[in-house]
Amino acid sequence: MTAMLTSTWYPLCSVDALEPERGVAALLPDGTQIAIFRTHDDTVFALANQDPFTGAMVLSRGIVGDKAGRPVVCSPMYKQAFDLRTGECLDDPARNVTQYPVRVVDGVLEVELS
Amino acid sequence: MVKTLIVAGNGMVGHHLVRTLRARDTEGAWRVIVCAEESRPAYDRVALSSYATHWDPTQLYLESVDDQVELRLGEPVLTVDRAARVVQTAGGTLSYDALVLATGSYPFVPPVPGRDLDGCFTYRTIEDLDAIRSRAASAGSGVVIGGGLLGLEAAGLLRDLGLKVDIVEFAPRLMPLQVDEAGGALLRRLIEDMGVKVHTDAAAQFIECGSEVDDVRGRFSPEHRQLRDSNPVEGLTLSLSSGTLLDTDLIVFSAGVRPRDELADQAGLVKGERGGFLVDEHCRTHDEHIWAIGECAAVDGRCYGLVAPGYSMAEAVAEQLLGSPQAFPGADLSTKLKLMGVGVASFGETTGPLDVVYNDPATGNYAKLVLSDDAQTLLGGMLVGDTDAYGILKASVGSPLPAAPLALLAPAGTSSAEVELPGSAQVCSCHAVSKHALCTAIHEQELTDVPGIKACTKAGTGCGGCVPMLNQLLKKELAKQGKTVSKALCEHFTQSRQELFDIVRVAGIGTFSQLIAEHGTGRGCDICKPAVASILASLGGGHILGTDQVALQDTNDRYLANIQRDGTYSVVPRIPGGEITPDKLIVIGEVARDFGLYTKITGGQRIDMFGARVEQLPLIWKRLVDAGFESGHAYGKSLRTVKSCVGSTWCRYGVQDSVGMAVELELRYRGLRSPHKLKSAVSGCARECAEARSKDFGIIATDQGWNLYVGGNGGTTPRHADLLVSDVDSETLIRTIDRFLMFYIRTADRLQRTATWLESLDGGLDYLRGVIIDDSLGICAELDAAMATHVESYADEWAGVLQDKEKLARFSSFVNAPAQPDPSISFREERGQKVPVLLGLPGRNQP
Repeated sequence: MTAMLTSTWYPLCSVDALEPERGVAALLPDGTQIAIFRTHDDTVFALANQDPFTGAMVLSRGIVGDKAGRPVVCSPMYKQAFDLRTGECLDDPARNVTQYPVRVVDGVLEVELS
Repeated sequence: MVKTLIVAGNGMVGHHLVRTLRARDTEGAWRVIVCAEESRPAYDRVALSSYATHWDPTQLYLESVDDQVELRLGEPVLTVDRAARVVQTAGGTLSYDALVLATGSYPFVPPVPGRDLDGCFTYRTIEDLDAIRSRAASAGSGVVIGGGLLGLEAAGLLRDLGLKVDIVEFAPRLMPLQVDEAGGALLRRLIEDMGVKVHTDAAAQFIECGSEVDDVRGRFSPEHRQLRDSNPVEGLTLSLSSGTLLDTDLIVFSAGVRPRDELADQAGLVKGERGGFLVDEHCRTHDEHIWAIGECAAVDGRCYGLVAPGYSMAEAVAEQLLGSPQAFPGADLSTKLKLMGVGVASFGETTGPLDVVYNDPATGNYAKLVLSDDAQTLLGGMLVGDTDAYGILKASVGSPLPAAPLALLAPAGTSSAEVELPGSAQVCSCHAVSKHALCTAIHEQELTDVPGIKACTKAGTGCGGCVPMLNQLLKKELAKQGKTVSKALCEHFTQSRQELFDIVRVAGIGTFSQLIAEHGTGRGCDICKPAVASILASLGGGHILGTDQVALQDTNDRYLANIQRDGTYSVVPRIPGGEITPDKLIVIGEVARDFGLYTKITGGQRIDMFGARVEQLPLIWKRLVDAGFESGHAYGKSLRTVKSCVGSTWCRYGVQDSVGMAVELELRYRGLRSPHKLKSAVSGCARECAEARSKDFGIIATDQGWNLYVGGNGGTTPRHADLLVSDVDSETLIRTIDRFLMFYIRTADRLQRTATWLESLDGGLDYLRGVIIDDSLGICAELDAAMATHVESYADEWAGVLQDKEKLARFSSFVNAPAQPDPSISFREERGQKVPVLLGLPGRNQP
């Protein structure tokens, strides 16, 4: 009667499959694509893989770095930056992308499905 | 009602009038007809001497006028009927509302008996130079009559054509109008040091045919004699007033010019005392419908033989035609020239109450400043040898001296940057742009670089002599605004790309992490990471997808393919020089068919295959590499292609094997990482079918070897490449390109193509030539070694991936489903091939 949360954590891959300051794409059970990033300090983030400016499924292939101290990925299409922590677009707030919670359990990366 | 302007003459000044009027006549008040004597388009006569470096007339042609202008070439005005306001040409009768006479001048040939003999020339037109060149091919020596500006240019031409040269000048010194006795003495010494004999205080008395006495006088060297014996031309003997006899093969008259004012007598127009159509300060004759401009105009009785006053006259008349009463503002007769390699400049008054003279025979420099009697105001001066101070001095005429005289005249590099000019000082004299106008533009238009200043103010787009001053001015003005010309690459590095290149090179830094830790801040971004990756690659940093480098690469380099709008990639195998066997063509066709790729022929003579998914790339490349293909680097900031025409192997016009050269160059520079992409082409003859002059480095075959052009570009700002060296052999050609590329790679900004790089170099093409041909910085050996290292260490990037499991593993679609095709990618068919179906934007309707 108490638990209102219906979320489940979906395992994606071994965290070792992620290279530092790089991204990879992953496929969720419903066909949604997400982009997973590992930063230099081994923090892992996930955003929607779709570039909101072109519609192409490519954010995982962007360059990972920082802008004004915020960890970002830059779209490989037209280089807009997205905050890895929130999905906020630094160049155009109308084009933020969905951010997905992720965690690492026993070396396995999991994403929370809502 | 539209009125008709007839311009008689299509020289530089007539052309400038038409261009100015067309640009300012926004309401279309005037219809313009140009009646030209010459059948060529208008050309840059000031640059005539440069013609001898390429012998290509089209390079001298001025920007063409729009099609609203009726150009009647080879159809000069023959008569003017002022009462009826019509002119007569060979093509008929034309009415005018305004007539502008811009008939120019003709070379003055003193009435020396024998001046019409074969072998006597003038120095004024393209045809004159062609004729001189043709005669010089079988000549050993030449005499130039006239030691002024044009005479020295002519002497330079004869010397470059391999002749032994004498100059005859009536005055007691060379360039009597520009320099004084001491300057003239130095100039003479510098010119004589080049093996040219100078006769001053000498007049030509008569010219005779035949020079059988050559050998007796021992005038010709054995080589010359041999040349003459094998190609006899009938020699000439010139007798001078001093009693000297000169035996020679050709004589060039360059003893000044006279106005072309024949129409005055016929039309009843008044002439000036020394000729020329007499006009008032508005350049108007006594007939209110007729103006005269340029060298044919005697403004208040005085004719001007320089182009700048002619341009001012043209602008004044254009304004009057449009209803504003602008007068000719008077002429600035300042000049700065390089004659036979010797700098000569004069500005303002060349004599006056007080002189400060600097004369250093040891270094070959002479300078004189003319000051007001209180020694406070600069009135003018002259420079022989080093003319670097010209810009600042000329701009300071009429103003208090901007610094102590000797500081201004001291050898280059010491002071002029520190000197403060008055606002009224004219910085660009070609386009009359003052310092004040430049500063205003820099502030109001927020300009931050010299190309921006050029585009906005036109300053620096004429002779280019003021570009170093523009640069200094820009830095100062930005500093005043609290800005600097920021060279910072991005927020992570305060250094410019060039500085980072030097840091990496000198300190031997091998990774981005080390560089940013030691010389930058933060973690890097999409700007600095690829830029540093490119620097590491240019310095031979191993495979670009090595563990240290892969995270730095932009998506194209990361997947060694070109991303397209739907997130798929295109694949371009290298086809060196555009030459490919049928078997290899078939392989490309089979690969494209088997993977369902859209194919298109590129502008660079190769084949692009589109629509490949990430996980397909290694499979496609396995097939291509097995068939002998390698990466075409279409994805990289690196050499793309060296295009070629078919050349002398097949073409009946070809003079060299352009395909062979293109293949050799493409294989030599393949994989070379650079600040931006590099394109090249080789044409097998002057017809230029490969369009080499639109390339970063373009090569055009000549009878003698190759001409190398650099800094060309297509794109949004097309630019024709500039001739760097001509008629060189293949070895020299390749060495020159090696150095050009390596110097560019070391010094250009991020994403700066060679065209803008070349424009941003202080000193431009001459400076570049100095560095990579004369080795003025002493770095040629380093550049050569760097290119040798590149050539030795080249390895195909795709072969490198296919041999390496770790690299191969990165070509997967999904981390949790590595071989599953991206379900969002789909295609439809168009003209028999598949093309992408685009996804809608998230949260928006499908298109």
